[in-house]
Amino acid sequence: MLEVQNLRVSYPSRDGGLIEAVRGVSFSLGRERLAIVGESGSGKSQTGRAILGLSAPGAIVTADALRFNGTELLRCSSAERRRLRGRSIAMVLQDPKYSLNPVMRIGEQIAETLCAHRSVSRTEAQRRVLQALADVAIADPERVAKLYPHEVSGGMGQRVMMAMMLIAEPELLIADEPTSALDVTVQLQVLAILDELVRRRGMGLIFISHDLRLVSSFCDRILVMYAGRVVEEIEATKLHEAKHPYTRGLLDCLPRLGAPRHPLPTLQREEAWK
Amino acid sequence: MIGLKVEGLQVRFGDFTAVHELGFEVAPGESFGLVGESGSGKSTVLRAICGLAPHSRGTFALTGEGELPAPGSKAFRRRVQMVFQDPYGSLHPRQTVDRMLAEPLAIHSIGDAERRITAMLDAVGLGSAFRFRYPHQLSGGQRQRVAIARALILEPELLLLDEPTSALDASVQAEVLNLLEALRRERGLSFLMVSHDLAVVTHLCERLMVMRQGRAVETLAAPALARGEVAADYTRELMKASAGFVRA
Repeated sequence: MLEVQNLRVSYPSRDGGLIEAVRGVSFSLGRERLAIVGESGSGKSQTGRAILGLSAPGAIVTADALRFNGTELLRCSSAERRRLRGRSIAMVLQDPKYSLNPVMRIGEQIAETLCAHRSVSRTEAQRRVLQALADVAIADPERVAKLYPHEVSGGMGQRVMMAMMLIAEPELLIADEPTSALDVTVQLQVLAILDELVRRRGMGLIFISHDLRLVSSFCDRILVMYAGRVVEEIEATKLHEAKHPYTRGLLDCLPRLGAPRHPLPTLQREEAWK
Repeated sequence: MIGLKVEGLQVRFGDFTAVHELGFEVAPGESFGLVGESGSGKSTVLRAICGLAPHSRGTFALTGEGELPAPGSKAFRRRVQMVFQDPYGSLHPRQTVDRMLAEPLAIHSIGDAERRITAMLDAVGLGSAFRFRYPHQLSGGQRQRVAIARALILEPELLLLDEPTSALDASVQAEVLNLLEALRRERGLSFLMVSHDLAVVTHLCERLMVMRQGRAVETLAAPALARGEVAADYTRELMKASAGFVRA
């Protein structure tokens, strides 16, 4: 479905040089769940944004191939990319507090996405909005549709954002740290809903996260990124067999319940990983 | 070494009660954790102790040997210091590290600032090369080290830690946890730490209290939690949630 070859994203710096945020990332994706994991600054979010065409202004995005269902994304006009965005590829962002429009009712926001991509009547739009909210396990869709984002909790806000992204029935969903701003118990509820939606609709999913343990339980395949490159690609179930010292180091430095280690092992970064 | 005893603490914001009748005790030299989800009132407890939130009922007092200052006094603040969650928000963006570390010393009229600042920067593993930098020139982990240095420069005995590593990457979290542990050992500190991460709390604390909606759920020893010997269903739920997602 998606093919990425040698994707590079760089930003001009003030002194005339280039800062390379993503340096030659390649992968392909079918109807499966792929995780992109790394620390802050590893380029994982930049990769997701480049696929959608949402890199910050000034970014220089190049790739040998960035194909979605045969369409070369980098050669599309901006109108064409806008048409794909939301309709075929959608993105769920990290924090519902900042990514929803604060002065628009939730129902209207979701309907806006739908009307931007499909031509539907008002009553049909209303019906689909309520259905979308019910799909993300919101018990009382009619009440929630009339609320403003500040009136709902973080977990509910994240479900609203998922409803908004899924209403146009995209084939590929990019989720950028969708649960990092949530409490652990709420995190599991949101993941269970995402799990169910992805499975039922047969979507492709790119799950961007800093949490190796979480993605190993949720995704099929993991790309580990360090300093803009993929250092290791591994099946999620075989994460404990990871070979790259960076992946091993990341797994090792987390405190574990029931296996105390004092002091904790720390990650010794090596120049060669770059 | 000093400890802390909290009895019947209640914190209200208008009509909303954030903390109900809470009591616990941190023994001198002990590290005690408060665990809960957002809205459980765990951070509010810390803020009430250091005077950043109003407490409407209940008492808290330092325990230990010698003359102990009353809460709210300047002497209390010298012996009890706090490290905040987000090093991106808790450092003054227009002040250098040097100025941020000099200010507590000036407030408490402590001399010998020059030597204390360089020694403190060494103790948190930054070195004097960082002394005249601004927060935006530092990484997240370096900033949290500055925040810890700022709290420790007064040589307090009780440190209040509000999610000290939750804004940091996993590898940086390990470094900061190791630093806190080493400093506690060297200086005989007591910790009162708040976190939502069970693994982090059991790593750093000997005992912990689980909170929910402003009330205590249960108090237990860290090794008991690690072995899964818990009494309350809510604690078990938290443990299950932190173990990760289980595919249906």
